[in-house]
Amino acid sequence: MLYSETKITSDTLTAVAEKSSDTGWIMHHILDGNTLDFSPFAVINLPHFELFGIDISITRHVVFMWIASILLIAVFVLVSKRYKSSMVPKGFTNFLEIFIVFVRDEIAKPTIGKGYEKFLSYLLTIFFFILTCNFIGLVPFGATATSNISVTATLAIISFLVIQAGGIMKNGAFGYFKGLIPHGVPFWLLPIMFVVELLGLFTKPFALAIRLFANMTAGHVVILSLIGLIFILNTIWVSPVSILFALFIYLLEILVALLQAYIFTMLSSLFIGMAVHQEH
Amino acid sequence: MDFSLAYLAAGFSAALTVIGGAFGIGKLASAAMEASGRQPEAAGDIRTSMIIAAALIEGISLFALVICILLALKS
Repeated sequence: MLYSETKITSDTLTAVAEKSSDTGWIMHHILDGNTLDFSPFAVINLPHFELFGIDISITRHVVFMWIASILLIAVFVLVSKRYKSSMVPKGFTNFLEIFIVFVRDEIAKPTIGKGYEKFLSYLLTIFFFILTCNFIGLVPFGATATSNISVTATLAIISFLVIQAGGIMKNGAFGYFKGLIPHGVPFWLLPIMFVVELLGLFTKPFALAIRLFANMTAGHVVILSLIGLIFILNTIWVSPVSILFALFIYLLEILVALLQAYIFTMLSSLFIGMAVHQEH
Repeated sequence: MDFSLAYLAAGFSAALTVIGGAFGIGKLASAAMEASGRQPEAAGDIRTSMIIAAALIEGISLFALVICILLALKS
């Protein structure tokens, strides 16, 4: 009886939703697509490429990743040229130095300790890349590249490779895997401890990917749903409330964009530190 | 195919996830406030650790949210 009641409820809701508006546009704004959608101005169709059956067409998220990369390369080449003339930064260089010094002093040095310089360029790269991708998704007509699981999975895989490479280069291949097991473990626990630690090596970057992906997607879904409430309920009187909430969630999204870039970088650097200095 | 139970499960689990996450983060925030009150000089360090722990707890609740979205999009 509960089943038929839920069926009746869900059928009603579906009928209401389909009658009043098509809510597929929420998913259309979040998921990747083959068009650059600047409606109502223009819709640019992006080319399809297929290589050996794998779809490597240029989609919306790829274009926005390229935009972020070109922006970052341009800005940082300019900034590094300014550092050649004088070590004292002014203006925009000063603003970026705040972030760079923050990543070095609050993220890299406490977690990696000695020998952090080797990993600093990687940490700075992912911090600014994730920050830029998150922020580009917040401007109108922008798409968040990091709200695509493939992008975040790639970043997590690269972090995983850097962690393993760092650990193996410091401790030697055999020493690294031996050092995974903590001290003072009774010998009959060793097999299961080894398996658990080995699995832990893989679940930590997986969690990094899912955390970034879900945070970025969830924020956009909430904003779009709140605005879509106006269309679903089909009245204009809900719009002040709806837009106010959406504005609040938008400001929260700015905080979440900064926070998620910081958390990804912080956790990557923490794992690098744990792999390089295994005595802890 | 009939997906009404999938929708119900998605909504229900989203609510349970939010309860768990909010409870954990609330406890964390209250501990941080109390520790900052006891020793105001350590407020900066406590704030940093609180933010890291809050992001980790939120990461867990977002795992469950991803599963809810997968369920709700089953059609």
